[in-house]
Order: sequence, then C-alpha cells, then structure tokens
Amino acid sequence: MAAERDPPPAGSVGHADLREVEDGEDLFVSTASTLESSPSSPEPASLPVEDVGPSSNGPKPAEILLDDDQEDLFAEATEEVSLDSPEREPILSDGPSPAITPVTPTALIAPRAEPNVIMVSGMFEQSLDELEEEAAGDSFDIQISVSDPEKVGDGMNAYMAYKVTTKTSLTVFSRNDFSVKRRFSDFLGLHSKLASKYMHIGYIVPPAPEKSIVGMTKVKVGKEDLSSTEFVEKRRSALERYLMRTVKHPVLLQDPDVLQFLESSELPRAVSTQALSGAGILRMVNRAADAVNRMTIKMNEADVWFEEKQQQFENLDQQLRKLHGSVEALVCHRKELSVNTASFARSAAMLGNSEDHTALSRALSQLAEVEEKIDQLHQEQAYADFYLFSELLGDYVRLITAVKAVFENRMKTWSKWQDAQLMLQKKREAESKLQFTNKPDKLQQAKDEIKEEIEEWEAKVQQGERDFEQISKTIRKEVGRFEKQRVNDFKVAIIKYLESLVQTQQQVWRESDWAAL
Amino acid sequence: MVVSVSEMMDDAPEVSVSGFNLSVSSIKVTEAIKKENSLVFVVGAQEFPSKKQHFVDRKFEDFEWLQQCLLMPDGIPGLQGIIFPPLPAKPCAFQSNTQEKMIKQLGLLGLDDDWKTYCMALEMYLQLVVSHTTLGKNQVLRSFFTQTQGPGGQAGRKGILNRLSQALEEIKKENHQDVDEFFRNERASNSSLVRLTKATTERLIAVVRTQQNIALACGHFSTTLHLGVGPDEDPAAKTFSKLSLKLSEIIIIVKKNFECVAENNLNILGLGLDLVSRYEESEKEMLFRRTCKLVELEQNSKNLEKAKPAKKANMEEIKKASEKEFRHISDIARLEIQKLHRVRVEVFQQCLTSWCEKQLHAARETSSILSQHLRAFKQLDSTE
Repeated sequence: MAAERDPPPAGSVGHADLREVEDGEDLFVSTASTLESSPSSPEPASLPVEDVGPSSNGPKPAEILLDDDQEDLFAEATEEVSLDSPEREPILSDGPSPAITPVTPTALIAPRAEPNVIMVSGMFEQSLDELEEEAAGDSFDIQISVSDPEKVGDGMNAYMAYKVTTKTSLTVFSRNDFSVKRRFSDFLGLHSKLASKYMHIGYIVPPAPEKSIVGMTKVKVGKEDLSSTEFVEKRRSALERYLMRTVKHPVLLQDPDVLQFLESSELPRAVSTQALSGAGILRMVNRAADAVNRMTIKMNEADVWFEEKQQQFENLDQQLRKLHGSVEALVCHRKELSVNTASFARSAAMLGNSEDHTALSRALSQLAEVEEKIDQLHQEQAYADFYLFSELLGDYVRLITAVKAVFENRMKTWSKWQDAQLMLQKKREAESKLQFTNKPDKLQQAKDEIKEEIEEWEAKVQQGERDFEQISKTIRKEVGRFEKQRVNDFKVAIIKYLESLVQTQQQVWRESDWAAL
Repeated sequence: MVVSVSEMMDDAPEVSVSGFNLSVSSIKVTEAIKKENSLVFVVGAQEFPSKKQHFVDRKFEDFEWLQQCLLMPDGIPGLQGIIFPPLPAKPCAFQSNTQEKMIKQLGLLGLDDDWKTYCMALEMYLQLVVSHTTLGKNQVLRSFFTQTQGPGGQAGRKGILNRLSQALEEIKKENHQDVDEFFRNERASNSSLVRLTKATTERLIAVVRTQQNIALACGHFSTTLHLGVGPDEDPAAKTFSKLSLKLSEIIIIVKKNFECVAENNLNILGLGLDLVSRYEESEKEMLFRRTCKLVELEQNSKNLEKAKPAKKANMEEIKKASEKEFRHISDIARLEIQKLHRVRVEVFQQCLTSWCEKQLHAARETSSILSQHLRAFKQLDSTE
C-alpha cells in the first residue's frame, strides 16, 4: 500500500537530467539544481520590487522541475482511486458553488453513491495517463503572475480587477500563454470551491488572502494615498502567491475549477463570498458548530505520529506568530527610519542653501543631503524586502490554520467511524435479535440486508480513514519541504538585497569621499 | 578624536600661559564616572615642553566655573566681542534618567548611554578654550588643569542672575537696528542659521534613535528565531531549524551594522553639528552683547546732547569711553566672526570626510561578511 512507502527523498532520483535552465543565470542555476522535487518558488522574479542584486535575472526565472514527485503522488493516487471510486461521494462543484463549509456532516454519511463519473477520480486517471505518456518530457512549468490592478466602476460598487497571466507548457492547458481578468471575490470563490472539495479528504488547500473592509473602502472611495496603494500592492502580491501555491499542489492543479479560473474569460460571480450574505452567516454558524465539536470530540489517538505532528504544528504556529510579530516591528521601524532620513535630508538641504558664505561649505551640505536621500532609498528597499518576509510568515500562519482544519477533519472522520461502528454493533444486535424471533421468511432477507449494510459501512469508513491519513502524511511532507524552500529562497533574496544595498552604499560613499577630498 | 581642534586653529598648538604651556592635542576628557549622584570627568593634559602630565577629576560645576571666569576679566579690551567656545548643557540628575529627558536636556549628546559623546564634547570645549589666543592666556586655566581640588560652585549663582537679566533685555534689544552693515547681515544670517542647524540636529537625533530601535528589533527577531530551535527528528524540521539559526546570524550582522552606522552618525556627524550649533548660539550671545553696547552708546550720545553744560564734560567722557569700548568689541567681533566662519567650514569638512570614511568602512565590512555568508549558504544548499 502506498502509505507504507515513503515518497523517496526526492533529491536522489534522476536529478541530474532534470536541469533545464534557460537563462544560465548563476544564482538560479544553483538553486534550481539543488532543489528537491518540490518546486521552488519563482517568486524572486515575480517580485514587484526591482530585481535582486547585480546578477539579476530577466523576468523569467529558471524552469523548475517536478517530474518525479508528481509521478510518485499519482502512483499512490491510482491505487486509492481504484479502491474507492465507486464509493467516493460526489463532492463536485460544477455549476453553482455549493455551501461553503468544508464539511457538511450529512453529505459524508450519504448512502451508497451513484457510480457517476466522478470527475475527480476521472481526472486522476486521465492526467496520470498523460503523464505516463510524456514521461520525463513534461516538466512542472507554470508561472502565474498577477498584475495591473485596475479600478473598475465607481463609488461603493467599485472593485479592483487584476490581470492574471499564466505562462505554461503543461499539456493540461489549452494554450501556453494567456491572461484573464479577475476580481478579488473570484479568488475567494475559487478557494471556497476547492476547500469544499478537498479539505475533508485531507488535502491542505492554501488559504486565500483575507478580506479587508477598511482597505477596500479606501480604494473604493478613491483615496489615492500611500496606504491605499500599499494595500493594493500587498493584495496583489498575496493573490499571486496564493495562485502559485495552489497550482504547485499537483492535485489542485488538475482541478477543473482551477483550470477554469485560469483560463476562461468569463467567470460566474461568486456571490456567496460576500461578507454579509446568507452564505456568510451560514459559515459563521458552521464555524461555531466546529468549535463545539472540537471540544466534545475526544479522539483516541492510535497513531503516535499524528499526535506528534499536531504538537509540532501547534509549536510551529506559535513560533511563526512570534516571528511575524518581530518582523512586523522591524518593518515598522524601517518605515520610520525612511521618514526620518527624508526629513533629515531636507533639513540638511536647507542648511546648505542658506550657507552662501562659502561655496565649498554649501557643496558639502548638499552632498550630505544627496547621500541621505540615497540612504533613504535603500531603506525603502530593505523595508520592502522585510515586508515580504512578514507577508510570507503571515501566509504560513494562515496555512497552518488550514492544516489544523485538516487535522480536525480527520478527527471528525474518526468520530464518524466510531459512530459507524456503533451503528454496526446495533445492526449486529438487531441481526441477532432477528435470529431469535421465529420469522424465517423475513429473516434471511433482513439478515442479508443488514449484513450488507454492515460491511459496507465498515469498509467505507475504514478506508476513508486510511487514505486520509496517507494523504495528510504526504502533504505534511510537502509542507515541510515547502517551508524549507521558501525560507531558503527568502534568505538568498534577503542576503542579495542586503549585499546590493551595501554595495551601492559603498559606491556612494566612495564618490562622496572622493568629492570631499 | 575625530574633529581635531588644533588643526582648525591658526594658533600654535602649544599655548603659553605665562610659563604654563599646554599641548592642546594632549587635552583629553577620558571618562565619566558616576559618583554619588553626579558625574565626574577625568581630565588629562600634558604640559609643553616639560611633558608633565596632569590628571584631575572635574565635575560639571567646575566647567561652569571656568566658563564664568573666562567671561569676567575687565582688563582686556573688547573681551565681550569674543565668541566663547560653547559649553555643553548640564547633565541632569540621575534618578529620573530616561532617554527622553536626556535628549531634551542635552540634545544630541543625550543619545549615547555611555556618555562617550558628552566627554568628547567637553574635550573639544577645553581644547578650544586653551587654543584661543586671548582666552588661552587666562590664569584660571592653570588652576583648572592642575589643582586636585575642583574650584567649583562659587560662580554658580552669578550665572543664574546674569541669565535672568539677559533674558529680559533680550526681548527689548534683539531687534535693534545696527549701524554697521556687516554686522546687520551677520545678525540676520546668524539667526537663521541657528534655527536651521537646530532643526537639522533634531532630525539627526530622530534618525539615530530610529536606527538604535531597529538594532534592538533585530536583536529581538534573532532571539525569537533561536527560541524555535529545538531537538528535531523530522528532517524537514531539522533543516528549518538550521535555517532559522542561519537567519538569526544574519540578522545579528544587520543589527551590528545598524549600531555601527548609528554610532558613526552620532559621534561624528552629530558632534560636528552639535558643536556648530552651539557655536552659533555663542555667536548670537556675542552679537547680543555688542548690540547692548551699541544701545548703551546711543543712549550715552543722547544723554550727551541733552546734558546740561555742567555735566557735559562728564557725559562726553562716558560717551567716549563707551564708544571706544564699542569699537574694540566690534573689531574683535569682526575677527572672531571671520574666524568662526572659517572654523565652521573646516568643522563641516572634517566631519563629513571622516563620516564618509567611517560609513564606507562599515559598509564594506558588512558587505564582505554578508557575501561570505551568502557563499557558505549556497554551498550548504548544494550539499543537501
């Protein structure tokens, strides 16, 4: 069973032949080749800020390759799919989006599902076939960028439309290069669809950026000041990261909703994501119900691994929150510093201007002012960089919330399993009761019925549990790897930034030194 | 010290005070020791040519006394035309020492917790006094530098009285029209300069404080990173821990860089600005004294015209005396002002040059350390 087999530490397998670096750029070659199969983020290239360091890339980063891992995951998936497909509930979201909550308890305990074409599993098989056909030829190559935020409309009905551009060579898309216009609620709609489909079977669906009423109102009202442009910028980059994370997940990438989102020019308006709608209230109610559940369900944790993992995640969550706080403080100070440096520069300039006694003196003062200005520019750069750090940490904090939700779902599944077992027992008792009543004609029929039901229940739930566990295991590893890669890339980025910052500073000083002599 | 006073002054580096010669460059205020609620400064000087060293403990009151004594002697014509080297403000009492208060009291000099900057300012003051052609000849200097017992205290009260009356008169006389164009211009430019330099100094204070804050925040950040590191068996978590540690090292480097930059800002640029600013205030005071003299002169002239013939001779003498004084003051003032301009330029030049050098040096160092880390990091990455 796939569960027993660990996905091979991806670094080992056939890495050498996966190199496909377009730009031969040193920095990215090394990072690309040292990547484990999970894709590293092409984030550095899609950062809005000016490019990293003197050896900066062009807009296209090196291609990132994911062959092995995809195959591994899908190999596992095949086995699960073949076992489950008749029983798997049709948790589709074609047509109008269903209720938003990740789990609607009733749906899970639906009776035997129709053997409809389950698009999900169907997709698995189909894409797996595709993959197998193209073997090592197809690389995980997709780059999504979110750009050009535009204000559409006026007054309180205005919204920002973002252009989503996809560049890819994956065969699952019809074209290689396309873009569509989307608004924020579209993103939320996508997330809710994905969540309803995948969360309760154990996939960690990346959380969408948060709604911000204050921020949006400012934008709507048309205030063109620093904070609203900042807000739009933050949102834009958050959306970009969200999409990239979503498509990096091999299962989510194949989802028709995702494809539709990226490709089709018109998307049905996701009304149910509005804060004050009926669906919103339903969500709140469900969240409350979840909270109660959390307190009442006591699970006998059979698997030590899960217990550890949960603990780890708790710790990680706390840690990340603290870090996030620290980085935010740092960002704050940086902002302050840039403001202060600017005003110092102004003062120095004024001083220089009033000093017309000696031309030399004035020149010196002006020099001081110029230097301060450049210094301030640097501060802004460094601040932007740190702010990215804090955004990343924030993202991860939210991702962990999603992970926790997944764990909770597991608990729910377990409790359902227990319930099912109870039912099973009851049925068995009923069966044995029947045996003692002397109605032989009905007996056999009843017996058979019950037996069937019993078996079916047991099997179903057991399997749900198992495959769930397995999936979350895989995903957990994924998450760990992602983390590592991200922090990795970030460090490199931050270092390069600092380096370039310092180097440019050097040049400035050198010039000023020379001038002062 | 960064700003070298002896290079700035035209005067000979060694000044003779009737047999008591001091080598200006040897004057040092080395440390500030906290003794029972007040600061004691260790003042050192070396005699020329005997090379005899003197080390004395001085409190701030002693410095104030010195300043008063320099102002007092009447024998020297036009003493009031001298722009006195400025003394830093008095350090406040210790119990309620928050940074806010210190900055309010001492301006830029309050930013340094170690009092290092303050000592440097005192040092400069002494050097400036000793190297001044006229002031350097004052006898009190000898006792200041050699006597073990601090002179302190007596002149304090006088100082306060002086200040009070001065404040009242200032309001009346400040805008008095000047007879001489040179001085008129000078007064105008001086007042604006005082304002601007003060503003610039304040902004610099803000910058340095923020830089200090950033350094602190970096420290917090790196500590938090450390907290998350624990024994991990999971390889992913292990790597994450390693990364955290590395990142924390880097942040510490950033922190050190900031501290260094802030220090440079403070000790070099800040000191220079502070000195210039206080000098300008001193100039303002001198100009004010001169204006007072002018008012007095005009008053005397008026009196002379109004005077009855009996008193006329007397009045005439008084008028002549004040006229002579006024002329003396103006002459000396002119010289001093020109010297001040030059000094200003030189101070700025030196400041900026050495500031550039230091910042450049710091930047280079940080850059090389960071590149090292970057390389090591890339290697680490490739081995995994």
